[in-house]
Amino acid sequence: MKSLAELQAIRDKAKAAVNLRDNGEVNTRVMVGMATCGIAAGARPVLTAIVDEVAKRELGSVMVTQTGCIGICQYEPVVEVVDADGTKTTYVKMTAEKALRVVNDHLVNGNVVTEYTIGAYQK
Amino acid sequence: MFRSNVLVCGGTGCTSSNSEAIIEKLHEEINAKGLEKEVNVVRTGCFGLCALGPIMIVYPEGAFYSMVKPEDIPEIVEEHLLKGRLVKRLLYKETVVDDSTTKSLNQTAFYEKQMRIALRNCGVINPEVIDEYIALDGYQAIGKILTEKISPEQVIQTMLDSGLRGRGGAGFPTGMKWKFAAANAADQKYVCCNADEGDPGAFMDRSILEGDPHSVIEAMTIAGYAIGATQGYIYIRAEYPIAVKRLQIAINQAREYGLLGKNIFDSGFDFDLELRLGAGAFVCGEETALMTSIEGKRGEPRCRPPFPAVKGLFQKPTVLNNVETYANIPQIFLHGAEWFRSIGTEKSAGTKVFALGGKINNTGLVEVPMGTTLRTVVEEIGGGIPGDHYFKAAQTGGPSGGCIPASLIDTPIDYDSLLAIGSMMGSGGLIVMDETTCMVDIAKFFLEFTVDESCGKCTPCRVGTKRLLEILDKITSGKGTLEDIDKLEELCYYIKENSLCGLGQTAPNPVLSTLKFFRDEYIAHVTEHRCPAGACKALTNYVVIADKCKGCTLCARNCPVGAISGTVKQPHVIDTNKCIKCGVCMDKCKFNAIEKR
Repeated sequence: MKSLAELQAIRDKAKAAVNLRDNGEVNTRVMVGMATCGIAAGARPVLTAIVDEVAKRELGSVMVTQTGCIGICQYEPVVEVVDADGTKTTYVKMTAEKALRVVNDHLVNGNVVTEYTIGAYQK
Repeated sequence: MFRSNVLVCGGTGCTSSNSEAIIEKLHEEINAKGLEKEVNVVRTGCFGLCALGPIMIVYPEGAFYSMVKPEDIPEIVEEHLLKGRLVKRLLYKETVVDDSTTKSLNQTAFYEKQMRIALRNCGVINPEVIDEYIALDGYQAIGKILTEKISPEQVIQTMLDSGLRGRGGAGFPTGMKWKFAAANAADQKYVCCNADEGDPGAFMDRSILEGDPHSVIEAMTIAGYAIGATQGYIYIRAEYPIAVKRLQIAINQAREYGLLGKNIFDSGFDFDLELRLGAGAFVCGEETALMTSIEGKRGEPRCRPPFPAVKGLFQKPTVLNNVETYANIPQIFLHGAEWFRSIGTEKSAGTKVFALGGKINNTGLVEVPMGTTLRTVVEEIGGGIPGDHYFKAAQTGGPSGGCIPASLIDTPIDYDSLLAIGSMMGSGGLIVMDETTCMVDIAKFFLEFTVDESCGKCTPCRVGTKRLLEILDKITSGKGTLEDIDKLEELCYYIKENSLCGLGQTAPNPVLSTLKFFRDEYIAHVTEHRCPAGACKALTNYVVIADKCKGCTLCARNCPVGAISGTVKQPHVIDTNKCIKCGVCMDKCKFNAIEKR
């Protein structure tokens, strides 16, 4: 170890993994449907894409979890985002690419990606 | 990137209740479900709630599973990790609010009143991975000191300002120790760590070393820089195999990263560490005996002065601090002396870790700000006394400390308050006793320990403690007299004043403090030949209460020595001459018809 910068580099790299272990101030919850229907429709790559992006952007107050079947199997993979005020947004027919946009637009900037929501899809 | 972290306690407590098998089974099940890239299984140090081990926490939900068995693992993996549904039956009951909500661990009674500084990383990081310690600001303190060229004098000044006092028990200001050692010029100086935790019932040093070994290494490096030492030794007992293993791993990793060794942070400062294993003699926890033992000699204390800061290890100036003291130090440099000083009381800054044991619901490790009352620790954090029993006293400081009776339960726990009531902080063992504990018997228990552990170098300790034990033996067997109690007390003061080292000087404390607060129990033993708590076997008899006895013969059939006689449906009688006072009859009786008198 020769400099503080070197230490800082190791710290930044290891930080994301350890950050997960602090459920101090969670205000946004992202729930990915991971029942049989969700997994069969491809929820796993969606989940990993969200987890990676959230870690990369160091979104400390976002908790990514999985949930069971919510009964709209035809729309899987389903991702639900619950904001700090309790507003729930349901995104349907997700893919890894769409998921990235949800993280960037919704979680980072607070703009709901309307075209991916269940409301837009059912029209 | 893992989406979930499963933290399994790998401290000694949980390991002995099979957490290794749990980790193995977890890997097996996770691999079978193809989750190995998503779920990270981490073996951490102690979580503190040892009574409920083995313990496992699943993040990001923060679900706290207690008393997990290997058989439960398939269900946890299938339900929680695969499908995202918590396994309610295994959740720690305090965290379950109702069917659909759980609260975070930090809101439970056990954790809420705690403040974790020394234990902050225990149960959070994997102690065998240096990167995880670095992720939580590890080695930032020493990095800042060395790269920003903060002078050793300033480092010592920060220590003085923080008000940190030695956590080994005596409470000497750590900054002063460093200052004295720094002031003595020598060609070689040493930094030592006392990890020879010997008090019966104390295990906080072990847990820190098992859960966060790097914090001690970092702090010792800081100490080395402050006093101008290049070599350090950690004296640890061989009975702590997990702690020894993790320390060695941590030292190797720190060397690999260049955080130990030559030219640390390119500052020209060299420092390295070595382990020394102790064979488990209690006296080696005394500083001079510890250093004599590191030198390769028989662990016997030497006269002070000269103090270690003048002539310590190999006759060179030495700083010797306890594990818990060191664990606080990196935090002091990260957050500043002012921050540390603001915690706790004016004369005892910071927090103290206690190992809660004895007659208490939540056995385990707790860290509270200094000045927290004993009542908070016992009743709120500890969850009170099990069964229908009530709090009688607590022993702090193990065989060197004293008892705190129920009447003083509101005493704030800090160095000076405890000294004022005749006890001492000690290393932090806190043994809770209920009304079935005999105080004379407790004093005898600790004296048996010190008699065994006295090194024999000085007469007051070697012979004196033996005589104390003999008198206590006489009293607990009902043969004592009132003069014996006076003799006991006189001898206590003699031993305190004339012993060479801390072991002998504090050995009479359990007797003196029980005499002070429970003299009536001593008197009951000698004048009435009665043990009020019913614990001293020689003074208690088991008797059948004729009115309650239904004559079911259960006791007679279970008595191992055939001391109970009587016919069916007639009250039975216990022959006290034959009775060996094992208590089986009392346990077996369904009508509470047997009493201890």
